[in-house]
Amino acid sequence: MTFGQFIFYFFAAVLLFAATMVITIRNPVKAALFLVLAFFSAAGLWVLLEAEFLAIALVLVYVGAVMVLFLFVVMMLDVNLVRLSEGFGEYLPIGGIVAVLMVLEMTVILGSRHFGLQRFPAPAGHAANYSNTRELGMQLYTVYVYPFELAALVLLVAIVAAIALTLRRRARTKYQDPSLQVQVRRQDRVRIVKMAAEKKT
Amino acid sequence: MSTWFVSLWQGLPPWSQITLRSLGGIIAILVPLMVAVAYLTFAERKIIGYMQVRIGPNRVGPRGWLQPIADALKLLMKEIIIPTNANKYLFVLAPVLSIGPALVAWAVIPFTSRLVLANINASLLFVLAMTSMGVYGIVIAGWASNSKYAFLGSMRSAAQIVAYEIAMGFALVGVLMVAGTINLREIVLRQSGNVFHWYIWPLFPLFLVYFISGVAETNRSPFDVAEGESEIVAGFHVEYSGMAFAVFFLAEYANMILISALTATMFLGGWMAPFDVAPFTWVPPLFWFLAKVSVLLFFFLWFRATFPRYRYDQIMRLGWKVLIPVTLVWITLIGVVMFFTPWGHHFR
Repeated sequence: MTFGQFIFYFFAAVLLFAATMVITIRNPVKAALFLVLAFFSAAGLWVLLEAEFLAIALVLVYVGAVMVLFLFVVMMLDVNLVRLSEGFGEYLPIGGIVAVLMVLEMTVILGSRHFGLQRFPAPAGHAANYSNTRELGMQLYTVYVYPFELAALVLLVAIVAAIALTLRRRARTKYQDPSLQVQVRRQDRVRIVKMAAEKKT
Repeated sequence: MSTWFVSLWQGLPPWSQITLRSLGGIIAILVPLMVAVAYLTFAERKIIGYMQVRIGPNRVGPRGWLQPIADALKLLMKEIIIPTNANKYLFVLAPVLSIGPALVAWAVIPFTSRLVLANINASLLFVLAMTSMGVYGIVIAGWASNSKYAFLGSMRSAAQIVAYEIAMGFALVGVLMVAGTINLREIVLRQSGNVFHWYIWPLFPLFLVYFISGVAETNRSPFDVAEGESEIVAGFHVEYSGMAFAVFFLAEYANMILISALTATMFLGGWMAPFDVAPFTWVPPLFWFLAKVSVLLFFFLWFRATFPRYRYDQIMRLGWKVLIPVTLVWITLIGVVMFFTPWGHHFR
Protein backbone atom coordinates (compact mmCIF):
# COMPACT_ATOMS: atom_id res chain seq x y z
CA MET A 1 0.00 0.00 0.00
CA THR A 2 1.46 3.32 -1.04
CA PHE A 3 1.25 6.38 1.17
CA GLY A 4 -1.39 7.91 -1.10
CA GLN A 5 -3.57 4.83 -0.76
CA PHE A 6 -3.16 4.87 2.98
CA ILE A 7 -4.31 8.49 3.08
CA PHE A 8 -7.26 7.65 0.83
CA TYR A 9 -8.46 4.79 3.01
CA PHE A 10 -7.96 6.84 6.15
CA PHE A 11 -10.02 9.77 4.90
CA ALA A 12 -12.64 7.45 3.39
CA ALA A 13 -13.02 5.60 6.71
CA VAL A 14 -13.37 8.86 8.65
CA LEU A 15 -15.86 10.13 6.07
CA LEU A 16 -18.04 7.01 6.31
CA PHE A 17 -17.86 6.99 10.10
CA ALA A 18 -18.78 10.69 10.33
CA ALA A 19 -21.61 10.33 7.80
CA THR A 20 -23.05 7.42 9.77
CA MET A 21 -22.81 9.36 13.00
CA VAL A 22 -24.65 12.33 11.45
CA ILE A 23 -27.80 10.26 11.01
CA THR A 24 -27.53 8.03 14.09
CA ILE A 25 -26.42 10.35 16.89
CA ARG A 26 -29.21 11.78 19.02
CA ASN A 27 -27.90 15.25 19.80
CA PRO A 28 -28.46 17.59 16.81
CA VAL A 29 -25.45 19.77 17.68
CA LYS A 30 -23.18 16.73 17.63
CA ALA A 31 -24.79 15.64 14.36
CA ALA A 32 -23.94 19.02 12.84
CA LEU A 33 -20.35 18.70 14.09
CA PHE A 34 -20.04 15.25 12.55
CA LEU A 35 -21.31 16.72 9.29
CA VAL A 36 -18.44 19.21 9.54
CA LEU A 37 -16.04 16.30 9.97
CA ALA A 38 -17.60 14.58 6.94
CA PHE A 39 -17.11 17.70 4.79
CA PHE A 40 -13.54 17.97 5.97
CA SER A 41 -12.72 14.36 5.08
CA ALA A 42 -14.37 14.78 1.69
CA ALA A 43 -12.16 17.82 1.11
CA GLY A 44 -9.15 15.64 1.96
CA LEU A 45 -10.22 13.12 -0.69
CA TRP A 46 -10.59 15.88 -3.27
CA VAL A 47 -7.07 17.07 -2.59
CA LEU A 48 -5.90 13.56 -3.44
CA LEU A 49 -7.61 13.99 -6.83
CA GLU A 50 -5.55 17.18 -7.42
CA ALA A 51 -8.73 19.26 -7.17
CA GLU A 52 -7.32 21.58 -4.54
CA PHE A 53 -9.55 24.51 -5.46
CA LEU A 54 -12.73 22.51 -4.98
CA ALA A 55 -11.40 20.99 -1.76
CA ILE A 56 -10.51 24.33 -0.24
CA ALA A 57 -13.74 25.90 -1.47
CA LEU A 58 -15.64 23.07 0.22
CA VAL A 59 -13.92 23.83 3.51
CA LEU A 60 -14.24 27.59 3.05
CA VAL A 61 -17.90 27.68 2.05
CA TYR A 62 -19.49 24.70 3.75
CA VAL A 63 -17.33 24.30 6.85
CA GLY A 64 -16.46 27.95 7.32
CA ALA A 65 -19.81 29.60 6.62
CA VAL A 66 -22.80 27.31 5.98
CA MET A 67 -22.19 24.95 8.87
CA VAL A 68 -21.49 27.83 11.26
CA LEU A 69 -24.95 29.20 10.50
CA PHE A 70 -26.40 25.71 10.75
CA LEU A 71 -24.80 25.24 14.14
CA PHE A 72 -26.00 28.68 15.14
CA VAL A 73 -29.60 27.66 14.50
CA VAL A 74 -29.35 24.14 15.88
CA MET A 75 -27.72 25.31 19.10
CA MET A 76 -30.57 27.68 19.81
CA LEU A 77 -33.26 25.04 19.30
CA ASP A 78 -34.45 23.41 22.47
CA VAL A 79 -34.96 19.97 21.00
CA ASN A 80 -36.78 17.42 23.11
CA LEU A 81 -34.87 14.21 22.40
CA VAL A 82 -37.58 11.94 23.82
CA ARG A 83 -40.21 13.39 21.52
CA LEU A 84 -37.87 12.96 18.56
CA SER A 85 -37.43 9.24 19.06
CA GLU A 86 -41.18 8.63 19.42
CA GLY A 87 -42.85 6.68 16.64
CA PHE A 88 -39.58 5.14 15.48
CA GLY A 89 -41.19 1.71 14.98
CA GLU A 90 -44.16 3.25 13.20
CA TYR A 91 -42.06 4.79 10.45
CA LEU A 92 -39.51 2.00 10.29
CA PRO A 93 -41.18 -0.10 7.51
CA ILE A 94 -41.67 2.85 5.16
CA GLY A 95 -38.23 4.25 5.90
CA GLY A 96 -36.71 0.82 5.43
CA ILE A 97 -38.35 0.34 2.04
CA VAL A 98 -37.13 3.77 0.89
CA ALA A 99 -33.62 3.04 2.12
CA VAL A 100 -33.45 -0.36 0.39
CA LEU A 101 -34.75 1.16 -2.84
CA MET A 102 -32.19 3.93 -2.70
CA VAL A 103 -29.35 1.48 -2.10
CA LEU A 104 -30.55 -0.63 -5.06
CA GLU A 105 -30.78 2.39 -7.36
CA MET A 106 -27.37 3.61 -6.34
CA THR A 107 -25.75 0.24 -6.94
CA VAL A 108 -27.33 0.11 -10.39
CA ILE A 109 -26.14 3.59 -11.34
CA LEU A 110 -22.89 3.94 -9.42
CA GLY A 111 -21.80 0.33 -9.84
CA SER A 112 -18.55 -0.69 -11.44
CA ARG A 113 -20.31 -1.07 -14.81
CA HIS A 114 -20.58 2.72 -15.17
CA PHE A 115 -17.95 3.98 -12.77
CA GLY A 116 -15.45 1.15 -12.89
CA LEU A 117 -11.72 1.61 -13.29
CA GLN A 118 -11.86 0.71 -16.99
CA ARG A 119 -14.38 3.52 -17.59
CA PHE A 120 -12.53 6.08 -15.50
CA PRO A 121 -8.83 5.33 -15.47
CA ALA A 122 -6.82 7.15 -12.84
CA PRO A 123 -5.93 10.62 -14.19
CA ALA A 124 -2.32 11.15 -15.08
CA GLY A 125 -0.42 13.16 -12.47
CA HIS A 126 0.24 16.78 -13.34
CA ALA A 127 3.42 18.76 -13.03
CA ALA A 128 4.06 20.65 -9.80
CA ASN A 129 3.22 24.02 -11.37
CA TYR A 130 -0.17 22.82 -12.68
CA SER A 131 -2.85 25.03 -11.17
CA ASN A 132 -6.25 23.45 -10.81
CA THR A 133 -7.67 26.83 -9.90
CA ARG A 134 -6.54 28.49 -13.13
CA GLU A 135 -7.85 25.55 -15.17
CA LEU A 136 -11.24 25.70 -13.46
CA GLY A 137 -11.46 29.47 -13.95
CA MET A 138 -10.63 29.08 -17.65
CA GLN A 139 -13.40 26.53 -18.11
CA LEU A 140 -15.94 28.47 -16.08
CA TYR A 141 -15.42 31.83 -17.75
CA THR A 142 -14.98 30.68 -21.34
CA VAL A 143 -16.73 27.41 -22.14
CA TYR A 144 -19.38 27.48 -19.44
CA VAL A 145 -19.86 31.22 -19.11
CA TYR A 146 -23.60 31.20 -19.86
CA PRO A 147 -24.55 28.45 -17.40
CA PHE A 148 -22.33 30.18 -14.86
CA GLU A 149 -24.03 33.55 -15.31
CA LEU A 150 -27.44 31.87 -15.24
CA ALA A 151 -26.60 30.17 -11.94
CA ALA A 152 -25.48 33.53 -10.55
CA LEU A 153 -28.76 35.10 -11.65
CA VAL A 154 -30.79 32.32 -10.03
CA LEU A 155 -28.87 32.81 -6.79
CA LEU A 156 -29.47 36.56 -6.96
CA VAL A 157 -33.21 35.99 -7.35
CA ALA A 158 -33.10 33.61 -4.40
CA ILE A 159 -31.37 36.24 -2.28
CA VAL A 160 -33.91 38.89 -3.23
CA ALA A 161 -36.77 36.50 -2.51
CA ALA A 162 -35.37 35.48 0.87
CA ILE A 163 -34.88 39.08 1.90
CA ALA A 164 -38.33 40.09 0.66
CA LEU A 165 -39.92 37.24 2.61
CA THR A 166 -38.18 38.00 5.89
CA LEU A 167 -38.04 41.79 5.79
CA ARG A 168 -40.75 43.17 8.03
CA ARG A 169 -40.82 46.75 9.14
CA ARG A 170 -42.74 47.50 12.24
CA ALA A 171 -44.09 51.01 12.39
CA ARG A 172 -43.12 51.64 15.98
CA THR A 173 -39.58 50.29 15.98
CA LYS A 174 -37.03 52.96 16.75
CA TYR A 175 -33.90 53.01 14.66
CA GLN A 176 -30.76 54.96 15.21
CA ASP A 177 -29.48 57.10 12.40
CA PRO A 178 -25.68 56.92 12.56
CA SER A 179 -25.20 59.98 10.36
CA LEU A 180 -27.32 62.06 12.73
CA GLN A 181 -25.43 60.60 15.69
CA VAL A 182 -22.12 61.65 14.20
CA GLN A 183 -23.33 65.18 13.50
CA VAL A 184 -24.31 65.89 17.08
CA ARG A 185 -22.53 68.92 18.56
CA ARG A 186 -21.98 69.69 22.18
CA GLN A 187 -24.55 72.49 22.13
CA ASP A 188 -27.32 70.01 21.21
CA ARG A 189 -26.81 67.94 24.33
CA VAL A 190 -25.25 70.01 27.09
CA ARG A 191 -26.43 73.29 28.53
CA ILE A 192 -24.00 74.98 30.85
CA VAL A 193 -25.69 76.95 33.58
CA LYS A 194 -23.83 79.59 35.54
CA MET A 195 -24.79 79.71 39.20
CA ALA A 196 -23.58 81.91 41.97
CA ALA A 197 -21.75 80.07 44.73
CA GLU A 198 -23.88 79.40 47.79
CA LYS A 199 -22.72 79.92 51.29
CA LYS A 200 -23.33 77.31 53.94
CA THR A 201 -25.47 78.71 56.67
CA MET B 1 32.06 14.67 12.41
CA SER B 2 29.98 16.50 9.81
CA THR B 3 30.62 13.79 7.20
CA TRP B 4 29.30 11.29 9.73
CA PHE B 5 26.08 13.25 10.03
CA VAL B 6 25.78 13.53 6.25
CA SER B 7 26.20 9.78 5.80
CA LEU B 8 23.68 9.14 8.60
CA TRP B 9 21.18 11.47 6.88
CA GLN B 10 21.66 9.81 3.51
CA GLY B 11 21.29 6.39 5.07
CA LEU B 12 17.74 7.19 6.11
CA PRO B 13 14.89 6.12 3.81
CA PRO B 14 13.45 9.00 1.72
CA TRP B 15 10.05 9.07 3.45
CA SER B 16 11.68 9.61 6.84
CA GLN B 17 13.90 12.34 5.38
CA ILE B 18 10.76 14.19 4.24
CA THR B 19 9.08 13.64 7.59
CA LEU B 20 12.10 14.81 9.55
CA ARG B 21 12.55 17.88 7.37
CA SER B 22 8.89 18.87 7.74
CA LEU B 23 9.01 18.22 11.46
CA GLY B 24 12.09 20.42 11.74
CA GLY B 25 10.33 23.15 9.76
CA ILE B 26 7.24 22.94 11.97
CA ILE B 27 9.33 23.23 15.13
CA ALA B 28 11.31 26.11 13.65
CA ILE B 29 8.03 27.97 13.09
CA LEU B 30 6.08 27.02 16.19
CA VAL B 31 8.71 27.58 18.88
CA PRO B 32 9.46 31.20 17.85
CA LEU B 33 5.72 31.71 17.39
CA MET B 34 5.01 30.62 20.96
CA VAL B 35 7.77 32.87 22.27
CA ALA B 36 6.36 35.71 20.16
CA VAL B 37 2.89 35.10 21.61
CA ALA B 38 4.28 35.15 25.16
CA TYR B 39 6.13 38.40 24.60
CA LEU B 40 3.22 39.90 22.66
CA THR B 41 1.14 39.64 25.83
CA PHE B 42 3.98 41.36 27.69
CA ALA B 43 4.28 44.04 25.02
CA GLU B 44 0.53 44.56 25.15
CA ARG B 45 0.54 45.17 28.89
CA LYS B 46 3.57 47.44 28.69
CA ILE B 47 2.36 49.48 25.70
CA ILE B 48 -1.16 49.93 27.00
CA GLY B 49 0.40 50.78 30.35
CA TYR B 50 2.48 53.57 28.87
CA MET B 51 -0.50 54.82 26.84
CA GLN B 52 -2.43 55.10 30.09
CA VAL B 53 0.53 56.75 31.85
CA ARG B 54 1.30 53.68 33.97
CA ILE B 55 4.42 51.55 33.98
CA GLY B 56 2.91 48.12 33.48
CA PRO B 57 4.41 44.88 34.81
CA ASN B 58 7.93 45.50 36.10
CA ARG B 59 8.43 43.15 39.06
CA VAL B 60 9.25 39.68 37.67
CA GLY B 61 12.79 39.61 36.37
CA PRO B 62 14.71 42.64 35.07
CA ARG B 63 12.15 45.29 34.01
CA GLY B 64 9.43 42.65 34.09
CA TRP B 65 10.92 40.58 31.25
CA LEU B 66 10.05 37.28 32.93
CA GLN B 67 6.38 38.18 33.45
CA PRO B 68 5.03 36.01 30.57
CA ILE B 69 6.96 32.99 31.91
CA ALA B 70 5.48 33.52 35.34
CA ASP B 71 2.00 33.83 33.81
CA ALA B 72 2.42 30.62 31.86
CA LEU B 73 3.65 28.75 34.96
CA LYS B 74 0.71 30.02 36.95
CA LEU B 75 -1.77 28.87 34.31
CA LEU B 76 -0.07 25.46 34.11
CA MET B 77 -0.49 24.94 37.86
CA LYS B 78 -4.22 25.76 37.90
CA GLU B 79 -6.88 23.10 37.90
CA ILE B 80 -9.08 22.69 34.83
CA ILE B 81 -12.63 22.70 36.11
CA ILE B 82 -15.36 21.17 33.97
CA PRO B 83 -18.78 22.58 34.90
CA THR B 84 -21.64 20.27 35.84
CA ASN B 85 -23.78 19.10 32.93
CA ALA B 86 -21.20 20.46 30.53
CA ASN B 87 -20.51 18.34 27.50
CA LYS B 88 -17.16 16.91 28.55
CA TYR B 89 -15.68 15.91 25.21
CA LEU B 90 -16.71 19.07 23.39
CA PHE B 91 -15.60 21.18 26.35
CA VAL B 92 -12.08 19.79 26.04
CA LEU B 93 -12.18 19.74 22.25
CA ALA B 94 -13.09 23.43 21.90
CA PRO B 95 -9.66 24.92 22.81
CA VAL B 96 -7.99 22.40 20.49
CA LEU B 97 -10.29 23.42 17.61
CA SER B 98 -9.48 27.02 18.40
CA ILE B 99 -5.70 26.76 18.30
CA GLY B 100 -5.41 24.14 15.54
CA PRO B 101 -6.38 26.38 12.60
CA ALA B 102 -4.43 29.30 14.09
CA LEU B 103 -1.24 27.22 13.90
CA VAL B 104 -1.93 25.27 10.68
CA ALA B 105 -2.24 28.45 8.62
CA TRP B 106 1.42 29.27 9.39
CA ALA B 107 2.47 26.39 7.14
CA VAL B 108 2.02 28.49 4.00
CA ILE B 109 3.22 31.90 5.20
CA PRO B 110 6.32 32.95 3.21
CA PHE B 111 8.82 34.43 5.66
CA THR B 112 11.32 35.09 2.88
CA SER B 113 11.47 33.92 -0.72
CA ARG B 114 12.96 30.60 0.43
CA LEU B 115 11.74 30.31 4.01
CA VAL B 116 8.31 28.81 3.53
CA LEU B 117 7.28 25.43 4.89
CA ALA B 118 4.77 24.47 2.20
CA ASN B 119 4.90 26.51 -1.00
CA ILE B 120 1.56 25.31 -2.34
CA ASN B 121 -0.32 26.76 -5.30
CA ALA B 122 -3.53 27.73 -3.55
CA SER B 123 -1.96 29.05 -0.37
CA LEU B 124 -4.14 32.19 -0.19
CA LEU B 125 -7.30 30.07 -0.30
CA PHE B 126 -5.78 27.66 2.20
CA VAL B 127 -5.18 30.47 4.68
CA LEU B 128 -8.70 31.79 4.17
CA ALA B 129 -10.20 28.32 4.72
CA MET B 130 -8.13 27.71 7.84
CA THR B 131 -8.88 31.05 9.46
CA SER B 132 -12.59 30.50 8.80
CA MET B 133 -12.42 27.30 10.87
CA GLY B 134 -11.29 29.09 14.02
CA VAL B 135 -14.86 30.08 14.86
CA TYR B 136 -15.76 26.48 15.73
CA GLY B 137 -13.60 26.55 18.82
CA ILE B 138 -15.47 29.58 20.11
CA VAL B 139 -18.95 28.36 19.17
CA ILE B 140 -18.40 24.91 20.65
CA ALA B 141 -16.84 26.35 23.81
CA GLY B 142 -19.92 28.49 24.35
CA TRP B 143 -22.33 25.65 23.78
CA ALA B 144 -20.46 22.95 25.70
CA SER B 145 -19.92 25.10 28.80
CA ASN B 146 -23.59 24.93 29.77
CA SER B 147 -23.54 28.58 30.75
CA LYS B 148 -25.75 31.42 29.54
CA TYR B 149 -22.91 33.93 29.38
CA ALA B 150 -20.69 31.63 27.40
CA PHE B 151 -23.54 30.82 25.06
CA LEU B 152 -24.32 34.50 24.43
CA GLY B 153 -20.65 35.10 23.71
CA SER B 154 -20.46 32.32 21.16
CA MET B 155 -23.67 33.44 19.43
CA ARG B 156 -22.28 36.92 19.04
CA SER B 157 -19.00 35.58 17.79
CA ALA B 158 -20.58 33.33 15.18
CA ALA B 159 -22.65 36.13 13.69
CA GLN B 160 -19.72 38.53 13.74
CA ILE B 161 -17.23 36.20 12.12
CA VAL B 162 -19.59 35.15 9.34
CA ALA B 163 -20.27 38.83 8.58
CA TYR B 164 -16.65 39.94 8.50
CA GLU B 165 -15.40 36.93 6.63
CA ILE B 166 -17.29 38.07 3.54
CA ALA B 167 -15.62 41.48 3.62
CA MET B 168 -12.26 39.78 4.21
CA GLY B 169 -12.76 37.43 1.26
CA PHE B 170 -13.75 40.27 -1.05
CA ALA B 171 -10.69 42.28 0.00
CA LEU B 172 -8.55 39.30 -0.98
CA VAL B 173 -10.35 39.05 -4.33
CA GLY B 174 -8.92 42.50 -5.08
CA VAL B 175 -5.42 41.29 -4.20
CA LEU B 176 -5.61 38.24 -6.42
CA MET B 177 -7.05 40.27 -9.29
CA VAL B 178 -4.03 42.54 -9.23
CA ALA B 179 -1.51 39.80 -8.52
CA GLY B 180 -2.99 37.24 -10.90
CA THR B 181 -2.01 34.39 -8.60
CA ILE B 182 -3.18 32.81 -5.35
CA ASN B 183 0.26 31.70 -4.23
CA LEU B 184 1.36 33.92 -1.33
CA ARG B 185 5.03 33.76 -2.32
CA GLU B 186 4.19 34.83 -5.88
CA ILE B 187 2.01 37.65 -4.53
CA VAL B 188 5.01 39.06 -2.66
CA LEU B 189 7.29 38.60 -5.69
CA ARG B 190 4.83 40.64 -7.80
CA GLN B 191 5.33 43.51 -5.37
CA SER B 192 9.11 43.57 -5.77
CA GLY B 193 10.76 46.90 -6.43
CA ASN B 194 10.41 49.69 -3.93
CA VAL B 195 7.73 50.85 -1.55
CA PHE B 196 5.60 52.22 -4.40
CA HIS B 197 5.15 48.77 -5.90
CA TRP B 198 3.42 47.45 -2.80
CA TYR B 199 -0.25 46.68 -3.15
CA ILE B 200 -1.22 49.00 -0.32
CA TRP B 201 -1.30 51.95 -2.76
CA PRO B 202 -3.62 50.70 -5.52
CA LEU B 203 -5.67 48.73 -3.00
CA PHE B 204 -5.69 51.15 -0.09
CA PRO B 205 -9.44 50.81 0.75
CA LEU B 206 -9.12 47.02 0.55
CA PHE B 207 -6.13 47.18 2.89
CA LEU B 208 -8.21 49.08 5.42
CA VAL B 209 -11.15 46.69 5.02
CA TYR B 210 -8.88 43.66 5.36
CA PHE B 211 -7.17 44.92 8.48
CA ILE B 212 -10.42 45.99 10.14
CA SER B 213 -11.99 42.63 9.31
CA GLY B 214 -8.85 40.97 10.66
CA VAL B 215 -9.26 42.78 13.96
CA ALA B 216 -12.90 41.68 14.02
CA GLU B 217 -12.06 38.07 13.12
CA THR B 218 -9.59 37.78 15.97
CA ASN B 219 -12.19 39.13 18.42
CA ARG B 220 -9.91 41.93 19.47
CA SER B 221 -11.17 45.21 20.79
CA PRO B 222 -13.03 47.25 19.59
CA PHE B 223 -14.79 44.14 18.21
CA ASP B 224 -14.49 41.99 21.32
CA VAL B 225 -18.21 41.59 22.02
CA ALA B 226 -17.65 37.83 22.16
CA GLU B 227 -15.94 38.30 25.50
CA GLY B 228 -17.28 41.75 26.47
CA GLU B 229 -16.27 41.77 30.14
CA SER B 230 -18.72 44.44 31.16
CA GLU B 231 -21.76 42.64 29.72
CA ILE B 232 -21.19 38.89 29.69
CA VAL B 233 -18.26 38.43 32.12
CA ALA B 234 -15.77 36.82 29.74
CA GLY B 235 -18.02 35.47 27.03
CA PHE B 236 -17.26 32.12 25.50
CA HIS B 237 -14.36 31.23 27.81
CA VAL B 238 -16.02 32.20 31.09
CA GLU B 239 -16.07 28.58 32.33
CA TYR B 240 -12.51 27.78 31.30
CA SER B 241 -9.61 27.79 33.72
CA GLY B 242 -5.95 26.88 33.77
CA MET B 243 -4.34 25.53 30.63
CA ALA B 244 -7.66 25.21 28.74
CA PHE B 245 -8.11 28.97 29.10
CA ALA B 246 -4.47 29.55 28.21
CA VAL B 247 -4.95 27.68 24.93
CA PHE B 248 -7.76 30.06 23.94
CA PHE B 249 -5.48 32.92 24.85
CA LEU B 250 -2.64 31.48 22.77
CA ALA B 251 -4.99 31.01 19.82
CA GLU B 252 -6.16 34.62 19.98
CA TYR B 253 -2.63 35.99 19.99
CA ALA B 254 -1.40 33.53 17.35
CA ASN B 255 -4.29 34.70 15.18
CA MET B 256 -3.31 38.32 15.73
CA ILE B 257 0.22 37.60 14.55
CA LEU B 258 -1.18 35.59 11.63
CA ILE B 259 -3.45 38.40 10.46
CA SER B 260 -0.54 40.85 10.72
CA ALA B 261 1.70 38.50 8.75
CA LEU B 262 -0.95 38.10 6.06
CA THR B 263 -1.53 41.83 5.82
CA ALA B 264 2.22 42.37 5.51
CA THR B 265 2.42 39.66 2.84
CA MET B 266 -0.45 40.84 0.71
CA PHE B 267 -0.34 44.60 1.04
CA LEU B 268 3.07 45.61 2.40
CA GLY B 269 5.38 43.59 0.18
CA GLY B 270 6.21 40.77 2.62
CA TRP B 271 9.97 40.44 3.01
CA MET B 272 10.79 43.16 0.45
CA ALA B 273 12.91 46.11 1.54
CA PRO B 274 11.16 49.48 1.15
CA PHE B 275 13.89 50.81 -1.15
CA ASP B 276 16.17 48.84 -3.41
CA VAL B 277 19.32 50.81 -2.54
CA ALA B 278 22.38 50.19 -0.42
CA PRO B 279 21.56 50.66 3.28
CA PHE B 280 18.17 48.97 2.96
CA THR B 281 19.40 45.94 1.05
CA TRP B 282 22.07 45.18 3.69
CA VAL B 283 19.35 44.21 6.12
CA PRO B 284 18.24 40.56 5.75
CA PRO B 285 14.75 40.11 4.21
CA LEU B 286 13.43 38.26 7.26
CA PHE B 287 14.01 41.40 9.31
CA TRP B 288 11.80 43.47 6.99
CA PHE B 289 9.04 40.89 7.23
CA LEU B 290 9.19 40.79 11.04
CA ALA B 291 9.38 44.60 11.22
CA LYS B 292 6.21 44.96 9.15
CA VAL B 293 4.45 42.36 11.27
CA SER B 294 5.52 44.16 14.44
CA VAL B 295 4.21 47.52 13.21
CA LEU B 296 0.83 45.95 12.40
CA LEU B 297 0.76 44.24 15.79
CA PHE B 298 1.39 47.59 17.42
CA PHE B 299 -1.78 48.82 15.69
CA PHE B 300 -3.72 45.96 17.31
CA LEU B 301 -2.52 47.08 20.73
CA TRP B 302 -3.06 50.73 19.92
CA PHE B 303 -6.69 50.04 18.93
CA ARG B 304 -7.24 48.30 22.22
CA ALA B 305 -5.91 51.25 24.18
CA THR B 306 -7.86 53.80 22.14
CA PHE B 307 -11.30 52.68 21.01
CA PRO B 308 -14.32 51.84 23.16
CA ARG B 309 -16.10 48.58 22.37
CA TYR B 310 -18.60 48.61 19.49
CA ARG B 311 -22.20 47.86 20.25
CA TYR B 312 -23.49 44.69 18.59
CA ASP B 313 -25.72 46.48 16.08
CA GLN B 314 -22.89 48.86 15.21
CA ILE B 315 -20.65 45.89 14.42
CA MET B 316 -23.26 44.42 12.10
CA ARG B 317 -23.83 47.76 10.41
CA LEU B 318 -20.11 48.33 9.83
CA GLY B 319 -19.62 44.84 8.44
CA TRP B 320 -22.59 44.57 6.12
CA LYS B 321 -23.35 48.15 5.18
CA VAL B 322 -19.92 49.78 5.07
CA LEU B 323 -17.09 47.29 4.53
CA ILE B 324 -18.76 44.96 2.01
CA PRO B 325 -20.01 47.79 -0.29
CA VAL B 326 -16.56 49.42 -0.15
CA THR B 327 -14.89 46.19 -1.31
CA LEU B 328 -17.47 45.64 -4.07
CA VAL B 329 -17.02 49.15 -5.44
CA TRP B 330 -13.23 48.94 -5.32
CA ILE B 331 -13.13 45.51 -7.00
CA THR B 332 -15.26 46.85 -9.85
CA LEU B 333 -13.07 49.94 -10.12
CA ILE B 334 -9.89 47.84 -10.23
CA GLY B 335 -11.42 45.67 -12.94
CA VAL B 336 -12.36 48.69 -15.04
CA VAL B 337 -8.93 50.27 -14.59
CA MET B 338 -7.16 47.00 -15.47
CA PHE B 339 -8.98 46.36 -18.72
CA PHE B 340 -10.38 49.64 -20.06
CA THR B 341 -7.76 52.28 -19.28
CA PRO B 342 -4.32 52.83 -20.79
CA TRP B 343 -2.49 52.40 -17.46
CA GLY B 344 -4.03 48.97 -16.81
CA HIS B 345 -0.77 47.22 -17.81
CA HIS B 346 0.71 48.26 -14.45
CA PHE B 347 -1.56 45.70 -12.83
CA ARG B 348 -1.42 42.92 -15.36
